[in-house]
Amino acid sequence: MALRTSPEIGGMGHSLRRKEDPRFIRGKGTYVDDIQLPGMLYLDIARSPYAHARIVRIDTARALAVPGVLAVITGQDLAKYNLHWMPTLMSDTQMVLPVDKVMYQAQEVAAVLATSRYAAADGAAAISVEYEPLPVVVDPRKALEPGAPVLRTDKKDRKDNRIWHWEWGDRAATDRAMAEAEVTVTQDIYIPRIHVASIETCGCVAHFDKVEDRLTVWMTTQAPHAIRTVFALVAGHVGLAEHKIRIISPDIGGGFGGKVPVYPGYVIAVAASVLTGKPVKWIEDRMENLQADSFARDYHITAQLAGRRDGTLTALRITTIADHGYTDAAANPSKFPAGLFHVCTGSYDLRAAHVAVDGVYTNKPPGGIAYRCSFRVTEAVHTIERMVDLMAHELGMDPAALRMKNFIRPDQFPYRSALGWEYDSGDYAAALRKAMDRIGYADLRREQAEKRARGELMGIGISSFTEIVGAGPSKHFDILGLKMFDSCEIRIHPTGKAIARFGTKSQGQGHETTYAQILAEELGIPAKDIKVEEGDTDTAPYGLGTYASRSTPVAGAAAAVAARKIRDKARKIAAHLLEVAEEDLVWEPGKFSVKGAPGKAKTIQEIAFAAYTDHPQGMEAGLEAVSYYDPPNLTFPFGSYICVVDIDKGTGQVHVRRFVAVDDCGNIINPMIVEGQIHGGLTMGLAPALYEEISYDESGNVQGGSFIDYLLPTAVETPRWETDKTCTPSPHHPLGAKGVGESATVGAPAAIANAVVDALWHLGVRHVDIPITPPKVWKLLRERGVTE
Amino acid sequence: MIPAAFDYHAPTSISEAAGLLASLEDAKILSGGQSLIPLMKLRLATPRHVVDINGIPGLAYVVESAGYLRIGGLTRESHLEESPLVRERHPLLHDTCRVIADPLVRNLATVGGNLAHADPANDHPATMLALGAQVVAAGTRGERVIPVASFFTGPFATALAPDEIVVEVRVPVPPPLSGGAYLKVERKVGDFATAAVAVQLTLADRGVCERAGIGLTNVGLTPIKAERAEAALIGRRPDDKAILEAARLAAEAARPSDDLRGPAEYKRDLIRVLTARALRRALERATAGR
Amino acid sequence: MHIHLTVNGQLHEADVEPRLLLVHLIRDVLRLTGTHIGCDTTHCGACTVLLDGRPVKSCTVFAVQARGRHVTTVEGLEQDGQLHPLQEAFMAEHGLQCGYCTPGMLMTGYAFLKEHPRPTEEEIRWAISGNLCRCTGYVNIVKSIQHAAAALAAPRPAGASQGGA
Repeated sequence: MALRTSPEIGGMGHSLRRKEDPRFIRGKGTYVDDIQLPGMLYLDIARSPYAHARIVRIDTARALAVPGVLAVITGQDLAKYNLHWMPTLMSDTQMVLPVDKVMYQAQEVAAVLATSRYAAADGAAAISVEYEPLPVVVDPRKALEPGAPVLRTDKKDRKDNRIWHWEWGDRAATDRAMAEAEVTVTQDIYIPRIHVASIETCGCVAHFDKVEDRLTVWMTTQAPHAIRTVFALVAGHVGLAEHKIRIISPDIGGGFGGKVPVYPGYVIAVAASVLTGKPVKWIEDRMENLQADSFARDYHITAQLAGRRDGTLTALRITTIADHGYTDAAANPSKFPAGLFHVCTGSYDLRAAHVAVDGVYTNKPPGGIAYRCSFRVTEAVHTIERMVDLMAHELGMDPAALRMKNFIRPDQFPYRSALGWEYDSGDYAAALRKAMDRIGYADLRREQAEKRARGELMGIGISSFTEIVGAGPSKHFDILGLKMFDSCEIRIHPTGKAIARFGTKSQGQGHETTYAQILAEELGIPAKDIKVEEGDTDTAPYGLGTYASRSTPVAGAAAAVAARKIRDKARKIAAHLLEVAEEDLVWEPGKFSVKGAPGKAKTIQEIAFAAYTDHPQGMEAGLEAVSYYDPPNLTFPFGSYICVVDIDKGTGQVHVRRFVAVDDCGNIINPMIVEGQIHGGLTMGLAPALYEEISYDESGNVQGGSFIDYLLPTAVETPRWETDKTCTPSPHHPLGAKGVGESATVGAPAAIANAVVDALWHLGVRHVDIPITPPKVWKLLRERGVTE
Repeated sequence: MIPAAFDYHAPTSISEAAGLLASLEDAKILSGGQSLIPLMKLRLATPRHVVDINGIPGLAYVVESAGYLRIGGLTRESHLEESPLVRERHPLLHDTCRVIADPLVRNLATVGGNLAHADPANDHPATMLALGAQVVAAGTRGERVIPVASFFTGPFATALAPDEIVVEVRVPVPPPLSGGAYLKVERKVGDFATAAVAVQLTLADRGVCERAGIGLTNVGLTPIKAERAEAALIGRRPDDKAILEAARLAAEAARPSDDLRGPAEYKRDLIRVLTARALRRALERATAGR
Repeated sequence: MHIHLTVNGQLHEADVEPRLLLVHLIRDVLRLTGTHIGCDTTHCGACTVLLDGRPVKSCTVFAVQARGRHVTTVEGLEQDGQLHPLQEAFMAEHGLQCGYCTPGMLMTGYAFLKEHPRPTEEEIRWAISGNLCRCTGYVNIVKSIQHAAAALAAPRPAGASQGGA
């Protein structure tokens, strides 16, 4: 994409330095825990050691005796205000604090309010609870067996642990294609629980001002407006009407989906502030974060891929059990309880497909959507890319060749997939070819053959993924009924500078820079002259927030549309100033000039000034616009990743020798920022592929509930990522941009898993579930007589 | 992540510290604090008294004298890691320092603390076993020398009396034709060992092994001295056959358990693999420059 | 306990419980909120400060241990309104996204470059292995430190002040 603006203006395509950086490198960011208000109290939470137990008694006497402790809040206290349960974003219900029983280990049981952080911690440690353990259900397959204990005893009509059953696609056509297939491959794939673990944990400062009768909550949230509306709906009956609630999302230390749900801690802090009239701070510890906040993944998948001997893929069938923990607190669009999982036909021209997912309750923390997954697209891509690789190996075909043979071709776009998505644009073969060239694919295959002959284990894995982001068109997308548009409001000042506010909320993606660049592109006002704000519900226009890579596709589009409204008005003002007809004006970024008389021009700054000092009679003064953008479709970024691994036969360790990532996100706003997103996304793909897992023993005790065992890669484990790009603009997006924040996390795990299986295929290994840890690899090798 | 309250004491001499430790009920020594403070933050340790020994002068040094490398008990791991003396003349020790926790923790963690805390997952113990080191302890009854082979008595338990502090660790200066290596498999940088092996060899002039020390990390309730593996090397040329035999015997000496780092049989096999690799590396170093 | 300590060149005093963690003294008592907390098991390094010039995890030090000593936090990198070359480098190379791990990375990087002015990429990765980042994938953090190393090594023009690093 050619640059249309100068570096001084800094429109799309420029790698502008970030406007948000100056405060962060000075340590002057404002994160929630940085906020200190006069008289502020602190909240700490006592949590259940049991995964499933009846609460017999909560003894608060010792806690109340701790100096500095003011109160202990239990479920009984909240029940008086009907606040002990709250709705989830999937219209299920979740306990704020339990009255009868706890349903997962680390569940909130009682909250201590104190005058200092340390006193609150002492208070929480002094709470003693008598429990009566109940039978624990941790295996979702066992949860579905007849006779399994029914967990949601709070739902009177519930007879089992199935939350919902959802299916999509043509079952009959898929069955027929499977039956007629010359070859089918079947595989069970388990994608375990992981946790997003942004370096900043969740928390809030809730401040109910009794005089102003207003609640302000500084909160680690990716979706401040939605939170405000949810609070108003949930707590309206205690007097918290929506105009009396202000949610401020200040600087956020990473979100990745983990800061979308409403956690009990927020609600308790709000209740405590309303009751005391004092500011109340709640900041969770890392262990609380890992053990109680929204997890990601936990899909038990069985997939079947059918094709012909010549490598033509024909059909895909997937059944899945989705372990949601004790309540469905995922943050999916309401029509899609399994998110966008049905993008699982991937980059391939599959004619028939069918997907069935069963959501199940277990005694684990609730959630399901987080960790840069684009609403279950990580699960979908992992499945299809594993299956395609499995088919290639089964047929003895090169995995790149099999993909090339089956890719949707550029002339097929817009492409309607067998599961009903209309992919906007793509050139999958070009991306894969570029990746193969970059990594030297043919040479690597030769090297692999030589090494294999010497008994050395080397693997090459490919992932050619299609992402689906930008939720979403109002026809099909809503969260709790709120349609998934997003918004931009621009106001240009008399001296030609501007302020723009959005309904999204950056947690590191650089919106203060990238949105300014979009507006610079559209208006020719230098990006440095445009102040971008997000996150304060008192001032920002309503939006659904930032997650699932939706900011550029939706709010970015809103920015372009709003800017174009301004340009339309600016054209009228320019025509007035230059005394010509509007049609006689030519636009270039930053000015309107008269056709054939380029010397006769007005800059956007002159026009802005005129909007306040010399506007045409009959026109409103000022120069501002709002757009609430309802996307006509999702966007479909894509890419091809190739990973080379070497496996240590002695220790089972997998070393990622090289990783080439070619990404296509359409037109790029800031190449440096996009590259940064890819680096981070790849690292959050490496992590679940090789290191991270949160699991539970049969009593529901969490394993991997702290950074001791939940293994975030350091700079030593992380390879030096090699990135490149292709550019296939989105035909329906005003800027041709698609969004990219999660692509790398979606695409990378399969490339790594495929590389490991490729390295071990000749030994008879067909599949390895992630995380591919050294003991797992070691076991596969020793079982096959391979040792050092 | 907030520790429980405690009384804080900051002695400025060894005798003051020993006196406090002898008289206070439920006291813990604060040295580097990189093991103690994390335990206190999780309230897994709630000592009534914390005796901060960091104010005692003259306990941080790395010198060679009278045939020993002498390391003060308060020597920070990073100091040991950066010491040219250790890097050049005690490669096994240098290898070990580099893989203790992470670089930031090493700026505070102390050698004395690493040994006294006696976490079977700590790295120095196996290395000190392989080196045949001595621990110098000081208490109310004066100083004494404890051979490291008798120092570790159980998980988180040592031969130290409640009033004793580790004031020095002594490592015999290895003779010529000596080499050592520490190989650690960890899930990621900063983790404890899934398994690790410390090897120190000395060859006689004819190339026969005349001394062998092999220590195993985190595959038992205490660090393990693989004595049968050591014995199998002494008096032999350390050729491939001897190395593989020693590796096999080291694996037999291991007593690992299943945990989140891996199953016991994996750890045992790691000991076999790592012992062989460490022996080869130690040999290379012993014969380098010959 | 009443303690005195020097933070970013300024003398401070405070009455603290022995159990007060240094990071809480810095953040809650001295109101220097650039140093962050990211975990509870001494892993993440977001709390990294310099203690007598050495980078340490301030969540795993009691404030009383810092009495009479010098602490440097990220707020102390800037001198007389001049950013340190490392801070400039992080902005130039997009070495930060959400900014939460950044102060820790800066303090570790600052101390590291003093001891290793011409580091290899591998050495840099080892040096920051006690600092976790979720956003950047470390690539640009490494580039930022390399950029700063080059800037610090560059000969100063004649007549320029010798201040800074």
